[in-house]
Amino acid sequence: MKPRGSGLAIYAVGAYLFLHLPLLILSIFSFNSSRFTVWEGFSLRWYSAALHDPQLTESALNSLIIAVVATIVSTVLGTLCAYGLWKRNSRPLAGSLYLSLVTPEIVTGISLLAFYQWMFRFLRVQLGMHTVILAHVSFSIAYVVIVVIARLRTVDATLEEAALDLGANEWQAFRYVTLPAILPGVIAAALLAFTVSFDDYVITSLVAGVDSETLPMVIYAIARRGVNPVVNAISALIVIGFGSLVMISERLRSA
Amino acid sequence: MNRLRAWFLAPTWITVITLFLAPLAIILGYSFLTRGIYGGITAPWTAESYQRLIDPIYLVILWRSFWVAGASTVLCLLLGFPLALFISRAGQHKNFYLGLVMLPFWTSFLVRTYAWMFLLRDTGLLNTLLEKLGLIHSPLPLLYNDGAVILGLVYGYLPFTVLPLYATLERLDRTLLEASADLGAKPWATLTRVTIPLSAPGIRAGAILVFIPCLGAYLTPDLLGGGKSVMIGNLIQNQFTTARDWPFGSAVSLVLMAIVMVLLFVIARGEGEDLL
Amino acid sequence: MECVLELRAVSKHYASHHAVNGVSLNLARGEFFSLLGPSGCGKTTTLRMVAGFEEPTEGEIRLNGASIQHLKPYQRNVSTVFQNYALFPHLTVRDNVEFGLRRRAGNHIGDRVRDVLDLVQLAGKESRRPSQLSGGERQRVALARSLVLEPEVLLLDEPLSALDPNLRKQVRAELKAIQRRVGITFLFVTHDQEEALSLSDRLGVMNKGRLEQVGTPEEIYLHPSTRFVASFLGAVNWIGDVGVRPEAMRIAREPSRNGHRSRPATIVHSTFLGNCVHVDTRLSDGEPAVVEVSRLGETFAPGQAVHLWWEPADELRFDELHHE
Repeated sequence: MKPRGSGLAIYAVGAYLFLHLPLLILSIFSFNSSRFTVWEGFSLRWYSAALHDPQLTESALNSLIIAVVATIVSTVLGTLCAYGLWKRNSRPLAGSLYLSLVTPEIVTGISLLAFYQWMFRFLRVQLGMHTVILAHVSFSIAYVVIVVIARLRTVDATLEEAALDLGANEWQAFRYVTLPAILPGVIAAALLAFTVSFDDYVITSLVAGVDSETLPMVIYAIARRGVNPVVNAISALIVIGFGSLVMISERLRSA
Repeated sequence: MNRLRAWFLAPTWITVITLFLAPLAIILGYSFLTRGIYGGITAPWTAESYQRLIDPIYLVILWRSFWVAGASTVLCLLLGFPLALFISRAGQHKNFYLGLVMLPFWTSFLVRTYAWMFLLRDTGLLNTLLEKLGLIHSPLPLLYNDGAVILGLVYGYLPFTVLPLYATLERLDRTLLEASADLGAKPWATLTRVTIPLSAPGIRAGAILVFIPCLGAYLTPDLLGGGKSVMIGNLIQNQFTTARDWPFGSAVSLVLMAIVMVLLFVIARGEGEDLL
Repeated sequence: MECVLELRAVSKHYASHHAVNGVSLNLARGEFFSLLGPSGCGKTTTLRMVAGFEEPTEGEIRLNGASIQHLKPYQRNVSTVFQNYALFPHLTVRDNVEFGLRRRAGNHIGDRVRDVLDLVQLAGKESRRPSQLSGGERQRVALARSLVLEPEVLLLDEPLSALDPNLRKQVRAELKAIQRRVGITFLFVTHDQEEALSLSDRLGVMNKGRLEQVGTPEEIYLHPSTRFVASFLGAVNWIGDVGVRPEAMRIAREPSRNGHRSRPATIVHSTFLGNCVHVDTRLSDGEPAVVEVSRLGETFAPGQAVHLWWEPADELRFDELHHE
């Protein structure tokens, strides 16, 4: 198999280059002092411009707040849900969560928009941060459930029985025996929910109000008008940020 | 135990019902209503929106969505299989190589789509490079066509085929390959007659995981296709913003959902393995 | 003797089959009682009903006279040593052993933990994690964790089956010694008849959900009440409807007198097993019979015509025609 091995390795190198080069090139050019695609020198001006642009910083802050709140809520709800499903499956619930994963984002987005508009006849509320957060919680829960349930499947079911046997009630068994065992998985799920929320464009753009612009929405607007080196800078920052979060998450998932 | 479990599931049920199922039900209702004068919806109830879909303009969009999603899926499978094969043979470094594939995927999807704009546009890197090298005299129109969209989708969803293919290859009984060699098959023959057929579950899983999101793609055809490569996702978005024809947009959404569910039912039938 | 655990006609029915069918038992305080049977006979289900993980479809379970079958596991004063030990992997040995005590209000936790760890000979390993212990050590932690709670009955679900065969005999002896010392009633579930015979004060043999016989090891082995019990507890040669154990048979050149039962047979093969010899023979009707003889006795050649004889008292006869 040896000759095929090296052919495969060469292909793999090519594939990895394909996967990573675009982002690497983008990052490199974020340091380009010129706004054109010709390298003219090293500069941090685009990073400076990005960090000083009020629209960018405000939207980044919005994204952060939304992501943090949505992550906390969806992680708690999702973990409890995963535990409940692990004890005994509920086909309707599992099916609905699976459906929420395969439903195209555009459909989820417009359905939520319609839902909010319909609700606002009765409740007199507007689109804003809260509508975005609720939307994010809705689509993040399924991700959390998947990660946590996968972790739960590695837990020995007799451990909870042992805890009950030794005098703990059901809640104590969950809190003192199962939860510590799945905690790395829960944190990994939280990091996943965070990145999914922070990065969302499609759904957010449909249900955000005027005052709740998120970073992806701003990036999208700039990108739509053409290539802007400031976007390169933000992109590089996002890549590094997300990349780190994901690496931590992976470490935790297999801990 | 059942009391506790009910408490644990209730919050998620509430969320799922109010923020996912109810909105879908509303859309279902809207699809049978009529467009109001200033947008929005009014009575009467009608199936007119669905009938409009038969119009060739929309059928073209439907066809393009299938062809783009299909091409992306096939490419993802073709490109992903050798990579998954490589990783499954990588011994102790498997996890590292796997992580290396997943890493770009977990950075921002928007950023990765934008990266291709940066590379492919008229004044983008590829064209500038080719001009500098004297190979072309005027920029190639690499962006704003079906090909760019396919490229963007393949780039975005390649990991979705690598993972299930890797999972299947990893679980492959090595002794079957040894038996094949023992019976006289050369490496290529073993690959085509043993490995690939036995990877069928992974291929099916990967195909679903790529085809369905690609079918309903919005961001990629929007940024990389410009207005030239309209897919179902773009059509839906358009109806809910510019065109303000909610009933029609709802009808298209439901048709898309129906297609997705049929595909899932047909292809995923054989799989006993649930995600959840 | 005082009865600490009583099962009255306990049954567990599932939609597809009856796992346990009308089992009645009385355990005396301080007794080492085993439930013996092949896999699927319902012994583990019975144990789990006593522990509280399954609820009986019919029947009653009484602990010290009080009905407990409706109580949750944490409301019963019984404790289980699980087959896979179920040690909490994220806790140290000490934390594992303390776990049950911490659910109760109480003093002197430290002393009690230390005492029980001494008893199981794990002193000095309090800070280790389960992953750092050997199989035998883990089993002792599981035992300590349950014993420290001083339950009325200790339930053991095949605790030796996960151990190396070499280790099993040694651990078996230690287990018996601990039980004698502590005086707690043990309900021990196993499929290994040697374990059951060597450890128990009394044992119950189960088959297909039914309790076929309860008695002391001698009673069950020497006077089995059904064919199943007879063949499960040891080898049996069936001469027609009568059973004779290999070690109760002898081989002679001449037919025997003196009131012994006798049959002619032909030697097929001798197998040397170290401490004894098993001689395969064939009776005149073609049925096989295995005789266990001392290795110091006569040797026989294949094909040789001999006579097998045994004492009538060693015969196992069964009135009912059981269909297994």
